[in-house]
Amino acid sequence: MSRPSDHFDSPAPQAPAPNDDGIIVQPKLGFVGWLRWFWRQLTSMRTALFLLLLLALAAVPGSLVPQRAADPNGVTQYFTDNPSLAPILDKFQAFDVYTSVWFSAIYLLLFISLVGCVIPRAKHHFDALRAKPPRTPARLSRLAGFQKRTAEVNVGAVEAVDSARKLLRKSGYRVVVFSSADKNGHETASVSAERGYARETGNLVFHAALVGILITVGVGGGFGFSGQRVVVENGGVFVNTLAAYDSFNPGRFFTENSLDPYSIKLDQFTATYETKADGAFGQPIDYNAEVTTQERGQAPQQSDIKVNSPLEIGGTDVYLLGNGYAPQITVKDPNGKVVFTDSVPFLPQDANLTSVGVVKIPDGLAAQLGMIGFFYPTQATSTTGAFYSTYPDDDYPVLTLNVYDGDLGLNGGVPTSVYSLDTDKMTQLTGGTTGVQSIELKPGDSQALPGGLGTISFDSVKRYASLDIHHDPTQGWVLLFAASALAGLLISLFIPRRRVWVKASENADGTLSLEYAGLARGEDPRLASAVAEIAERHSKVLSDVPAADTNA
Amino acid sequence: MTLDEYSIFFLYAAIVVYAVAFIAFALDLARRSSQVSAGNSVGIDGTVTTAPHVLETVGTAAGAGAVGASAVGSGAASAGTTAVVERPESVVSTSTAGRASATDTGETGGSGGTSTLKGGRVAADGSVSKRSLSLRLGMAFTVIGLALEVTADVLRGIAAQRVPWANMYEFSMTGTVLIVGVFLVVNTRVDLRFLGTFITGLVLVLLGISTVNYYVVIAPLPPALQSAWLVIHVFVASLGTAFFALGFALSGIQLLQSRREVSGSALKFLKLRFLASLPDSTRLENLAYRVNIVGFVFWTFTLIAGAIWAERAWGRYWGWDTKEVWTFIIWVIYAGYIHARATRGWRGSRSAWLAIIGFAAVLFNFGIVNVFFHGLHSYSGL
Ligand code: HEM
Repeated sequence: MSRPSDHFDSPAPQAPAPNDDGIIVQPKLGFVGWLRWFWRQLTSMRTALFLLLLLALAAVPGSLVPQRAADPNGVTQYFTDNPSLAPILDKFQAFDVYTSVWFSAIYLLLFISLVGCVIPRAKHHFDALRAKPPRTPARLSRLAGFQKRTAEVNVGAVEAVDSARKLLRKSGYRVVVFSSADKNGHETASVSAERGYARETGNLVFHAALVGILITVGVGGGFGFSGQRVVVENGGVFVNTLAAYDSFNPGRFFTENSLDPYSIKLDQFTATYETKADGAFGQPIDYNAEVTTQERGQAPQQSDIKVNSPLEIGGTDVYLLGNGYAPQITVKDPNGKVVFTDSVPFLPQDANLTSVGVVKIPDGLAAQLGMIGFFYPTQATSTTGAFYSTYPDDDYPVLTLNVYDGDLGLNGGVPTSVYSLDTDKMTQLTGGTTGVQSIELKPGDSQALPGGLGTISFDSVKRYASLDIHHDPTQGWVLLFAASALAGLLISLFIPRRRVWVKASENADGTLSLEYAGLARGEDPRLASAVAEIAERHSKVLSDVPAADTNA
Repeated sequence: MTLDEYSIFFLYAAIVVYAVAFIAFALDLARRSSQVSAGNSVGIDGTVTTAPHVLETVGTAAGAGAVGASAVGSGAASAGTTAVVERPESVVSTSTAGRASATDTGETGGSGGTSTLKGGRVAADGSVSKRSLSLRLGMAFTVIGLALEVTADVLRGIAAQRVPWANMYEFSMTGTVLIVGVFLVVNTRVDLRFLGTFITGLVLVLLGISTVNYYVVIAPLPPALQSAWLVIHVFVASLGTAFFALGFALSGIQLLQSRREVSGSALKFLKLRFLASLPDSTRLENLAYRVNIVGFVFWTFTLIAGAIWAERAWGRYWGWDTKEVWTFIIWVIYAGYIHARATRGWRGSRSAWLAIIGFAAVLFNFGIVNVFFHGLHSYSGL
């Protein structure tokens, strides 16, 4: 079957013959010889097995330490928690296991081995598909499921074998008939049949599909991108352009003009929470983002985006991956002039959506102001006096803010996160140890800022949705290859490949000896019973032949 | 009582019945060991055949009425041609008893007709064969236990108004239902009842851990789990696990068996004499392979279905999340196992070890990764 020489079904290797001195001398290998030898090693079953097991082993560390691609915050945390170990692990790419040199080397070698293994087999199989089944062995009695029957029927060996041939053909066997007569004119005929070529086809399809997956993921993935954007209810419209993303991860071959400039506006975000079950009170049941979208040159459209049900638009998929609160905050200077008004997305901290956010006011007031805010959708006070939230919906929303003045650090040109405030060069004016009460607001409230800087108001509670926008042109191909792999696997594991022979010989007494036997090619637990069944059916066919005039 | 409380009640009842089944299966193994020690031949189906010349001595003792203790039941026949069987109708006529059931390969399983508890079969040569009561009791209790557990599982599903496999407690319940179910179904084709001790033991351990540690009250599904893929992906994964569990047991016994075959006796200190009554290591290996490839196909499907679901829910089909990593590792180990069986020098014990490592990874994935590792799949409900 042109399988690797160390395949279980390949003939056992011949030990090199010792020379005159009784010493085994390996033949001298030239450069090409060495290359051949190396290639044979690489494409052997042993190497494939070794690389497979190595791949399984190499995948383990990536589950033990956080990975940059899946969990960047976890990696930062790991560095903080293990300051001496983390840099060493990082040297070995332990935080990027699945793109690391060593992991890549293993799977690339494995796939080289795979290709080297599959190509000769594919060629061999192609030839085998057109070849005839082999000659009937002289002695069937040593083969699997051997049966010998003697039949007193009115047909000759050739006809008997012909009916066996028809029967086998109908069962999907490829057949060839042989016959000969001895010197007394008694004929011996046999049919040699083989089936289950699909087993090898399935195996090849399976392995080729794996290569297909690797190539589409590796190359095709480079044309895609993923990006994130937060949209607030009735807030700004997102237009699909590079500048509009909060964060963006392009593939290697991404070009900006592949973005289709459609727009998305969040009309309403609805979250439904469990209100009954005591163990699950407040657990989310449903999230729904109602959006208005518009593609170039088309009318606006209303759609819903839900978890598990992304929106398909402009060649991208838009997923609802997160949500939270964005309090609408307005700051005025002492003259009542608005210097800041916006819905500020706050990051949820717990299941009841206690959220933290930052307000930065660089201009318009006597000093640069920074505020760290806490938002409690359903506020309650603990026995220690601390606030917390008891329910994720906004049943009793409260916003508290600690105010800082000083240098916001925005002027150096270094990008800073909108979700964090660097208080190194600032002084705290409210909350904490300042002795001044934190600002505390309910929707509609407004309050003076400390030091006569102006006023702040909490206008309303808004929801925001965090959207992930993906484009992966190869997804469909990957699915197709995966499905072919599964189909190939089923065929190659469960379709038995077997040879069956039926031999009929005319005896001197006019009876017919019928022999049946089979040979498994690979795993075939049902071979013996299959041969028995064929024998049974064949006997039946033969006995159904109408009695002819034997004396004729 | 609420529906969930009924569910818990049935689950505890199932645990008790499984425990009884476990004891019965264990008694069967003990009986096999003692019968093997006594020099009798024991079939895969637990049938003890007492050779005629041994019968001369055993038979007289047994004939005195000591046959009641069927767990260690010995032949009940006196020497020679006349059988002293308490229920004569179970005596098999000499013409058909030629195929002593002890030499049956087990493919036909429990097809021994209606022999009675205390009775035996007398073969043409005067040998007496006797089926194992404890084995049949073990199977009966397993079926009852399964019926109770299915009831518990269905009640939980009705109470929660969704499929009962959305958190660790529910996975454990549905998963063990499938393990026992697959065991029973496979038994209709091949006699694997000798694995009863392992299967009921495994199920008892899993259910014990999950009822004590993983129980959670019924809660609605978080939005990420509200998907048809939950139904498919998790169910097929559990089904795959059930086949892997059987394969694991077969490979484990295969290793012991091949040691016994090589050295004459396996790990003498363990006194695993019942091994003599089980299939030989090659047959065990073939059985393990057939079960494991079914598991592998289900696992491949799980991997693909999981990727499709991940694409729907999280926007990417593969992200090397911890759970994804372990599902992949398991898949690669079993691919290695299948390869090993096709690699010269690796068939036999070496490939069996890979099946065992594979199942260890399955258990690790379920018991450790779900509970202690962080990732997007943190839905254990704990
Ligand atoms: C990505 C790496 C690989 C994976 C995941 C893999 C997986 C599998 C699986 C699942 C099977 C059993 C199903 C079937 O027959 O189609 C199989 C069979 C087989 N594979 Fe691979 N394989 C890989 C690489 C290779 C390589 C590199 C070789 C060549 C050295 C190879 C040679 C074979 C052969 C000859 C069989 C048939 C085994 C038999 O006769 O039962 N495979 N492989």
